[in-house]
Amino acid sequence: MRLPELEAILADINRIILGKERPIRLSLACLLARGHLLIEDLPGVGKTTLAHVLARVLGLDFQRIQFTSDMLPADILGISIFDRDSGAFHFHPGPIFTQVVLADEINRATPKAQSALLEAMEERQVTAEGKTRALPQPFFVIATQNPTHQIGTFPLPESQLDRFLLKIELGYPDPAAERELLAGADRQQMVANLNPRIDPKNLIELQDRTRAVHASAALIDYVQALAAHTRTSPKWQAGLSPRACLALLAVARAWALLDGRDHVLPEDVQSVLPGIVAHRLRPLEDTARTDADAVAAALIEAVPLP
Amino acid sequence: MARASRPVSRRQAWWLLATALAASAPLAPQVPLWLSITAGGIFALRAALTWRQWHLPPRWLMVLLVIAGTVGVFMQYRTIMGRTPGIALLVVFLALKLLELRVARDAVATALLCYFLVLGQFLFTQTIPTALMACLTLLVTTATLLAAADDRPSPQHQLRRAGLMLAQALPFMLLMFLLFPRVQGPLWGLPQDRFSAVSGLSDSMSPGSIAQLSQSDAIAFRVQFKGDVPPQSQLYWRGPVMSAFDGRTWRVTRKRGTYSEAPYAVAGAPVDYDLTLEPHGQFWMFALELPGTLPANSALTTDYQPIARQAVRNRVRYTQRAWPEAIAGATELPRILQESLVLPSGGNPRIRAIGAEWRAKLGDDSTAILAAAENFFLQQLLIYTLNPPLYGADMIDEFLFGSKRGFCEHFAAAFVYSLRAAGVPARVVAGYQGGEINPVDGYLVVRQYDAHAWTEAWIAGRGWVRVDPTAISAPGRINNNFAAAVPAGEALPFLARSDLAWLKELRNRLDAVTNGWNQWVLGYNPERQRDLLSSLGLKEPDWRSMTAVLSVLCGAVLLGLTAWILRNRLRVDPALAAWRRFTARLSKRGIEWRTWEGPLDFAERAAAHAPTHAVTIREIAGLYARLRYGPAPDESDLIRLRTKIAAFNP
Repeated sequence: MRLPELEAILADINRIILGKERPIRLSLACLLARGHLLIEDLPGVGKTTLAHVLARVLGLDFQRIQFTSDMLPADILGISIFDRDSGAFHFHPGPIFTQVVLADEINRATPKAQSALLEAMEERQVTAEGKTRALPQPFFVIATQNPTHQIGTFPLPESQLDRFLLKIELGYPDPAAERELLAGADRQQMVANLNPRIDPKNLIELQDRTRAVHASAALIDYVQALAAHTRTSPKWQAGLSPRACLALLAVARAWALLDGRDHVLPEDVQSVLPGIVAHRLRPLEDTARTDADAVAAALIEAVPLP
Repeated sequence: MARASRPVSRRQAWWLLATALAASAPLAPQVPLWLSITAGGIFALRAALTWRQWHLPPRWLMVLLVIAGTVGVFMQYRTIMGRTPGIALLVVFLALKLLELRVARDAVATALLCYFLVLGQFLFTQTIPTALMACLTLLVTTATLLAAADDRPSPQHQLRRAGLMLAQALPFMLLMFLLFPRVQGPLWGLPQDRFSAVSGLSDSMSPGSIAQLSQSDAIAFRVQFKGDVPPQSQLYWRGPVMSAFDGRTWRVTRKRGTYSEAPYAVAGAPVDYDLTLEPHGQFWMFALELPGTLPANSALTTDYQPIARQAVRNRVRYTQRAWPEAIAGATELPRILQESLVLPSGGNPRIRAIGAEWRAKLGDDSTAILAAAENFFLQQLLIYTLNPPLYGADMIDEFLFGSKRGFCEHFAAAFVYSLRAAGVPARVVAGYQGGEINPVDGYLVVRQYDAHAWTEAWIAGRGWVRVDPTAISAPGRINNNFAAAVPAGEALPFLARSDLAWLKELRNRLDAVTNGWNQWVLGYNPERQRDLLSSLGLKEPDWRSMTAVLSVLCGAVLLGLTAWILRNRLRVDPALAAWRRFTARLSKRGIEWRTWEGPLDFAERAAAHAPTHAVTIREIAGLYARLRYGPAPDESDLIRLRTKIAAFNP
């Protein structure tokens, strides 16, 4: 049975971002699997709105960081400023001290600033001036990046990309959804009027439930077979890493929970596979832009279910 | 073929270089030095080419190099046929082939050539270290072959896979070794350019020739007794018998006849044993006195010595029966007795005078003359030593009355001389005395330093009687071993010394392993194979029944290995088995299950194709999905799934 609170959350988001059920479901799955999300798309397709809505319906704090090429790590993490009254340094937390962070146009910043964010994502804590400060729980980063062939970008290296659990694309809405958007109410107003469906405590519970979704031996065999195929097939430069396999299993669990099941099916794995392989598998032949769905479909059809 | 023309990668080039080095390095002692240096230079050049990623030499240069290499080998040996020239040529070709590794086909050809060179090592030596080295090279070569197919996995991974493949091949190798119908004669016995320098007894004996052997601890032969081991003092291993003496050197008589079976009056209990003779390049086959049966392809000379029809150039193993108490030559041919009385025309006057004196006093009583001679030797207080002085023309007199120091050949020569001087027929017997039991495997090991010379005297009525003059003066030589009889401080071969117990123990163990290898691997000939097969219940095996058994056993091993590999796949999940029946039924309706398709996805597709059965199809798929992927599968669900599938008839 599907969980009513998750259904309600999805319905709320779908009401505001029209015609994007699948990316929305994936981003919620990513959040449930305690991962971070990377969205690669053109400006203006609703990335910011998605992040904002997610934070709102889940009852989470939200901050947005616009990445620029002159950004410094302190602009993200925070800085200590001398307070003349007390005669001591006071730490002013940066925008990262929140529950949902939208890191906009992450590949506009220099690698130094990028790595400050990515380290915080990985450790879920910030070390500044010798003191370690834990980030709030839950902590979820939605990073957006412009297509890498645009001018003035610093592409993220593969090892950094791997820290994002999923990479999705939103894309243009279809004409009917776009028409509804144009005819409908002001989106910002709609977001402001939204009420939280759950609180952070409920969300952590849901994350724990996600982790408890059963993955049978047959299913783990399947994940291994998929990984083994990417490692031995000459189609790709390098195969899926063990970390990628863990990511695949974690997102598939969340997908199963969203579908109201207590166990993972091969269908779950196949549904989330494009988001997993999009930034991890690089075909040998066409090193330019590759369609994640096509890559995943080729992989799925090459590996029989064990 | 696209695969065959794929270029050789750098990694593959390193693999091939390592393999070529492993395959050709053990052959370095066999090929001429210039060739080893040239091959090493080419290997280094190849390494540089790979390292720097330079271009390979042009084809016209390769053709010239091949011609130069062939001519070089021809100049060295004056032929390119035969064992050593053939191997040298292969080493040249292997080295040059490395310089034209262009595509995958070249890599495979190089690896196969390396396999052949591994075999080539066995044309020279067949020892355990050679075999171990060959196993290692085999592993590297197989890993190289794997890398030639796919060079991405790490070296450890390739070696592990190659090891696994070889391990899987091992049972087949053992079966083939044990059961494949064998041809007579070892495969390795092909050319005869070996044994240029093997030590052992020769067919003549001059002062110092046996003392020289006493410095060698090489193994002469190994013996396995079927009953109790006779006492040390009875272990006289008969070798060449020498009657002709020219004043300095004793020689085997050229004109000897042969018996086809032993002409003794048998007495006492026989001693049965198996003897494994190391190759020594001569004709005689050592046997405990007196040899009763004869090894195959041998005859017994008129002086009771088994000789082979061909020189012993390979290790031979024969079963023997000895009659220690048999009486030989009671009615000896007059010609032989005549030969056994001949003395050189002059020299050694003092011993001649003493012999004549015994003759005058004791007449024809040869028993009494023999006793007198033994008594005389005892009274002379002769000294047994490895370092006798050099004797001049009258060497017997100088030995007996001068320095009195001598080794066994001096004793034997002097004793025979004195008996002949007294008119008693006598002759020198060379061979080995004693031996040492290896406590590890119970074999008696006889080494070169056990070489010995003793005498035989002909007594009317008793035939030939063995007398060991060394035993008279130095009984320790016969009752213990030769080290015990030699005065302290004289140089002894390492193993003859008794104070290095741990070394001896180590050597005994090593020797037992080597002996086992010789007996069961190198010496596994048709007879041994027949014995083994009959002990396994295969009576009168011929090549047909052996081939049949071999095929059946290989098939069984293959099945076993396959089952082992498939053991996980054979254990089919019952839910999956039921699901396969279900999809088979739907496929008759034209709805094929794609092997990668999840059950629910398939159910949706099938339901769309067969809307009348949609509910059942979804139910079955749901049940199956829960059974196969859900937590704690329920037995009642499985029964429901089976019932539903049994009732399902689209």
